[in-house]
Amino acid sequence: MPVKRVDKTPMPQRDPGLRAHDFLEVNEGYDLQRAMFEAERCLRCQDAVCVEGCPVRIPIPEFIHAIAAGDIAKAASILRDANPLPAICGRVCPQESQCEERCHLSGRFTPAAIGHLERFVADWEREQPACEAAQRPWRDEKIAVVGSGPAGLVCAGQLADMGYSVTVYEALHAAGGVLRYGIPEFRLPNAVLDWEIEVLKQRGVEIVTNVIVGKTIALDDLLEKMGFAAIFIGTGAGLPKFLGIPGENLNGVYSANEFLTRINLMRAYDFPTADTPMKAGKRVAVIGAGNTAMDTVRSALRMGAEQGLIVYRRSETEMTARLEEYHHAIEEGVEFHWLTNPIEVLGNDDGWVTGLKCQVMELGEPDESGRARPVPVAGSEFVLPVDTVVLSIGTTPNPLLLSSTTGLETDRWGCLVADETDGRTTRARIYAGGDVVTGAATVILAAGAGKNAAAAIHRDLAAARQTAAG
Amino acid sequence: MARILKKRTLTPVTRLFVVEAPLIAAAARPGQFVITRVREDGERIPLTIADFDEAGGTITIVVQEVGVTTRLLGALEEGDDILDVVGPLGTAPEIPPGGHVVGVGGGFGAAALLSLMRELTSRGDRTTAIVGARAKDLLILTDELGAVCDSLELCTDDGSAGFKGLVTERLQQLIDGDGDGGTSPDRVLAIGPMPMMRAVAETTRGAGIETLVSMDPLMIDGTGMCGGCRVTVNGTVKFACVDGPFFDAHAVDFNEAVRRNKMYADLEHAAADRQATACQGAAGGA
Repeated sequence: MPVKRVDKTPMPQRDPGLRAHDFLEVNEGYDLQRAMFEAERCLRCQDAVCVEGCPVRIPIPEFIHAIAAGDIAKAASILRDANPLPAICGRVCPQESQCEERCHLSGRFTPAAIGHLERFVADWEREQPACEAAQRPWRDEKIAVVGSGPAGLVCAGQLADMGYSVTVYEALHAAGGVLRYGIPEFRLPNAVLDWEIEVLKQRGVEIVTNVIVGKTIALDDLLEKMGFAAIFIGTGAGLPKFLGIPGENLNGVYSANEFLTRINLMRAYDFPTADTPMKAGKRVAVIGAGNTAMDTVRSALRMGAEQGLIVYRRSETEMTARLEEYHHAIEEGVEFHWLTNPIEVLGNDDGWVTGLKCQVMELGEPDESGRARPVPVAGSEFVLPVDTVVLSIGTTPNPLLLSSTTGLETDRWGCLVADETDGRTTRARIYAGGDVVTGAATVILAAGAGKNAAAAIHRDLAAARQTAAG
Repeated sequence: MARILKKRTLTPVTRLFVVEAPLIAAAARPGQFVITRVREDGERIPLTIADFDEAGGTITIVVQEVGVTTRLLGALEEGDDILDVVGPLGTAPEIPPGGHVVGVGGGFGAAALLSLMRELTSRGDRTTAIVGARAKDLLILTDELGAVCDSLELCTDDGSAGFKGLVTERLQQLIDGDGDGGTSPDRVLAIGPMPMMRAVAETTRGAGIETLVSMDPLMIDGTGMCGGCRVTVNGTVKFACVDGPFFDAHAVDFNEAVRRNKMYADLEHAAADRQATACQGAAGGA
């Protein structure tokens, strides 16, 4: 029977004063005792509405019951069947607006700690000896996946499990996409990502790095010359937006993509042991208030910044960051400048940043996003003295692949048009999902899209087989 | 991994590598580049594809040893693998056919002219390459360039080969009608160190000769993801990795480009010095 306890079992965390200066993971994870203790809180609802909040529809009560019963292997198997990236999703999903938001405990109590439990099970699995022999594809069809971010990895894993020969093409020298270059070590350790990718390889997925589809290989050649039966495009939203304000090309102005890539992919924090240099600055202003902005400002502190500022033209209410990241940022000493709109980056004679000129905003009527529109307050300009400015105001799909081929429709934001339920694009045999379709969103939405597309690819290929046989 | 099939030392600090890269060789167009990484935790650096051979499945790159990564690369031998080579990146320059194109190559930039000039010559353009260096023994690939251009002009600071003076001085003479055949250039293509490209831009500006320069900003991914390679052209921000590397020389903001390229100069020099010291230490201990 469920045990009534008001609050979630707390996640053990490293001390903010210590962790703000290194890249080790903030959350330490539940141990078995904590996990079973928390699992007892689940109400075992008949109508498991939490599952409806999950883009990959993990059978949440079932895996939690297995934990409560102490059968972690069973929990792991339930989890992995539904979600090929549990160790990652347990760490980076915005559970508060998905499964946990729907939890019947929410309201009077805090919801069951579904995310923490998912992470616990995946971490347990990671420590088990690998026993299965590598899975071999048993079907004839080959499928190409473009991009090794969450959408591509999940799609590849699902298709491999269905017996297809799957090749994932990755433009960078390491697989993982935004999980590799974007999300920092302190939130998602590279070792965890490496393990998830190893599991996929074990299941038969082949990953080819250093290949840019659209440049190294033409998209159409995959179908016409290389014999792939279908393609899944999961190239993400990798193109950084800039504000277009004066001073944006001064030395010391970065896109969040560049700032985080130097640190996460290229390990600039280990310079000169690692060869990529970086000047992260002493007073760093990060423009934006999404998860990437939080990752950036917290990374700046870890790179040695004395002051990390979030500058956001809207208010705390409209912030899009995951709650836990926001709390962690506060604990680590990040300063928040709400209703503050940057209008110019100021520099010295040598071209280095010396400040960020801003104006105060107030909230007006709702805009097309449904959020209150920020409006400038006349005569409110002031200067924040900073030496580094990072733009974290969003990303759009990279046009590189789409401009190299024809027949794939895009919308006015540059997003690839694809059916959100099955990933079908405007071209036969080409499917897509994740940020390239939705614009920048979450890891789990991308994972869900990859999973749906894999099912559609399987259905369509099965139909084609039947037609060919009949 | 890309296997080095052939290595040639062109000058004491300049190496040519023929690298096995069949996919890149099949897709490459003259003027494009690759990004390479030579060790785990190594940085990603862009290198122009000097030449490529689709049938042989190889690309040719020329490396000048100026920093940590280029030195590590320069130390590799035939049979060694380059850890990562990705490309072809960037957009090949669009040069309208039928004119007299003068390619200006400074230092190891001369190598980058090779496949470009070959293509222009073979489609029937009149081509001249002007290549320069401090002295004769620092000029590179002159035989190869001579073979793919209608005329080749050598320039050295000390007069040890060809014209004594700067490539821009010789370019000015050509503009004034003093070239082989006397036809003044319709278009100029400059590849080399930033000061040289800038000087070429100034040389051709007055006469209004269309001029393209191959910008070489700092880059990480090379696919438009980081935005580190921002170049201002005619007041508009461009990403050199995807929109370039070739831009209208008369519209590029060179002041900004020079300043941005020096962003990490102090750290890079310190790392190179440490590397040099470590090498000496190792040699002394051997």
